[in-house]
Amino acid sequence: MATTITMPQLGETVTEGTVAQWLKKVGDSVEKYESFVEVSTDKVNAEVPAPVSGVIRELIVKEGETVPTGAPIAIIDEVGAATSAPQSAPAPAASRPAEAPAAARPAETPAFQPPPRASQPALDAREVQLRREADRQGADEPVPGHSFVPSNGSSRNGNGHLNAPDILRRVSPAVRRLAREHSVDLTGVRGTGTSGRITANDILAAAGREGPAAVAAATIVLDPATQAKPTAPVSSAPRTPGATAKPSYAAAAPGDLIPLSQARKIIAQRMLESKRTAPHAWTMVEVDVTKLWALRSAEKEKFQREKGYSLTLLPFFVHAVVQSLRAFPLMNARFTEEGIAVNKEISIGLAVALESNLIVPVIRNADEYSIGGLAVAAGKLIEKARAGKLGADDLSGGTFTVNNTGANGSIMSAPIINGGQAGIVTMEAVVKRPIVTADDAIAVRSMMNVCLSLDHRVVDGAIASGFLVDLKKRLEAMARGATVL
Amino acid sequence: MAVAAPETTTMNNVEAVRHTLHQALGNDPNVVILGEDVGARGNVFLITKGFIEEFGAERIIDTPLAEASIVGVAVGMAMEGLRPIAEIQFADFIYPAFNQIVGEAAKTRYRSAGDYTCPLVIRTPYGGGVRGALSHSVSIEALFYHVPGLKIVAPSFPADIKGLLTAAIEDPDPVLFLEHKKTYRLVKGPVPTGHFSIPIGKADVKREGTQLSVVSYGLYVHQALEAAEKLAADGLSVEVIDLRSIRPMDRTTILASVKKTRKLLIIHEDNKFGGIGAEISAMVVEDAFFDLDAPIKRLCGPDVPAMGYAAPLEEEFMISTPRMADTMREMIAF
Repeated sequence: MATTITMPQLGETVTEGTVAQWLKKVGDSVEKYESFVEVSTDKVNAEVPAPVSGVIRELIVKEGETVPTGAPIAIIDEVGAATSAPQSAPAPAASRPAEAPAAARPAETPAFQPPPRASQPALDAREVQLRREADRQGADEPVPGHSFVPSNGSSRNGNGHLNAPDILRRVSPAVRRLAREHSVDLTGVRGTGTSGRITANDILAAAGREGPAAVAAATIVLDPATQAKPTAPVSSAPRTPGATAKPSYAAAAPGDLIPLSQARKIIAQRMLESKRTAPHAWTMVEVDVTKLWALRSAEKEKFQREKGYSLTLLPFFVHAVVQSLRAFPLMNARFTEEGIAVNKEISIGLAVALESNLIVPVIRNADEYSIGGLAVAAGKLIEKARAGKLGADDLSGGTFTVNNTGANGSIMSAPIINGGQAGIVTMEAVVKRPIVTADDAIAVRSMMNVCLSLDHRVVDGAIASGFLVDLKKRLEAMARGATVL
Repeated sequence: MAVAAPETTTMNNVEAVRHTLHQALGNDPNVVILGEDVGARGNVFLITKGFIEEFGAERIIDTPLAEASIVGVAVGMAMEGLRPIAEIQFADFIYPAFNQIVGEAAKTRYRSAGDYTCPLVIRTPYGGGVRGALSHSVSIEALFYHVPGLKIVAPSFPADIKGLLTAAIEDPDPVLFLEHKKTYRLVKGPVPTGHFSIPIGKADVKREGTQLSVVSYGLYVHQALEAAEKLAADGLSVEVIDLRSIRPMDRTTILASVKKTRKLLIIHEDNKFGGIGAEISAMVVEDAFFDLDAPIKRLCGPDVPAMGYAAPLEEEFMISTPRMADTMREMIAF
């Protein structure tokens, strides 16, 4: 009987897969659970086990070809099936021990052949164990509350239980989150859990630290608020008396060697990577925010009273940035080897300074918000950031970044682009300056510099300047009576 | 914060209940006790022995075998200013009083828009493993924890019993106070002799660990601690949280622990389906999904109508310490 093998869905959001490599040729025999193809997706690369034992009849998809999940990729003739007997008979020969001169004698009676199972490559111990477990789970049914293998999910072995290869292929929420936070490629991690499952600690070990100390470090990444207290580990390991004198980032003293927190390591790595891979160009405009400042001052109190969040210049700025990104979609793009990928979403990362590091929560689909909505969304994210309550979702998906460097008094800065984005824009401090107006008078105006770092691989200066001038116009047009919150 | 260690005496759980009730009767003339056999007999576990002689039959009231009346009368007493402690002799007998507890006591404050409160404590021994068969083994917490307006506590250490029983008596609203009968004389520990109360709604981390969080209450906390101790010999580190209060539930302590260990095992004697573990599990998945490195697991009573009398049936119902240890090992290895 011929079984058609389809492209598996490797992850719930994955819609297609690429055949990276066929591990078997047409005519090769394959054992159930034996890997026969390597599939890569934008999330994971995985070796896919054969669902049945048999002989490869046809490889439908070529190596390097991408097909939707569920599309047929190969046909396997199952062993012992009557219809496939003529094709499958010579197949075991390929893996038969050398002393059996079988290939030339297809008519030999089956009784003299080694059993097909024995002719297969020896199973490693773990695989045998997996099978035993799978069998046991089947045999023990029903034992409510006793079997540990989760019974949810899409692929089942007929008993409602995930079979062992499914566990190997799946990752827990914590593993997924940590892998993303630490930029660990799952395909390179050796699992130490049940059935070789990748555990959270495996990710932390791969990221450079091990054991309970790493657990504490990871929690720190999740809860930025605790980063200011590196001497108070979250783990219950006994605390060293007198550890209070340990050098810390928050209270740096001359001569200290401050240990790198996990967050600081990640910042270092990402900054270096961005600066190394993306050729940064820089440009700046001056923006007259006198009218915008008046608008904001007029609405500030009412907004605070009604919405409970303060109305700063930030939401006006983000709103204008979003409009300008719409007008210049190439600024909302990223460089890939295949081409310039122009993002569908406009999601703005906001750089938020914490006591000992920097974190960039993201307003997803920022183009769907009003100015007031942005004020509330930003206020909530900043609150969460300071309370250390940002989740993985709050930190992912940014397509462009806004950095409010003016909050610290800076009037000009050259920011580093957040990796995978085309640019980052800063809003500098608003200062009063004498300005020559259009009609040659001298006036005192509230001025703000806006600086842009751009990835020169994605856009050139003309587009970047066009974007920045567009942003300037939008900000200068914001005024009482003209702008709706 | 330095606090002088309070003076303590070693007691078992029965003595802790008796000591706390005695102290409350002495401190507050509004405290009364009513229930079956609480007077002349001095309670079937001898918890109130001698109380009727000391405090009189007006404060230590023997009632007929009528649970609806025991709680109903106590609700009236509470609304009019007394501090009744109603006893249901065994939790298995509480069903006739369901309406008085759920329909009246829990809703008094809400129904009267805060004009009346119902400072009522309902004490009852629960739980199995004592060859109590169908009528002396049941766990009832899940039947009541769905009800807003009702607090439920189930401490199982002598000091926790004193602290929470004192808090329950002083609480302005109804509290269901569950005492695991197998721990009554099994568990001993120091109890502060002076006034001592523990806030309702706070769990207690009885053992700190890093690889697995175990949340339990009642008898099983003690077994979980034994199992964790066994695993420690092999270098495995299990955190054991005693819920103590079932409602309100201490989400903060549970979530902090799960975020640390990334794995959660819930153990309770009450039936699995719709039990306390289901609520804890849902809460953790809602609030700590991205911290979980393993499926949450529950070790609970099987979904059978009652605990059998025959030893094999009771043993099958009750979760043994080795079984807890096996599951802990499995989860840590996962």
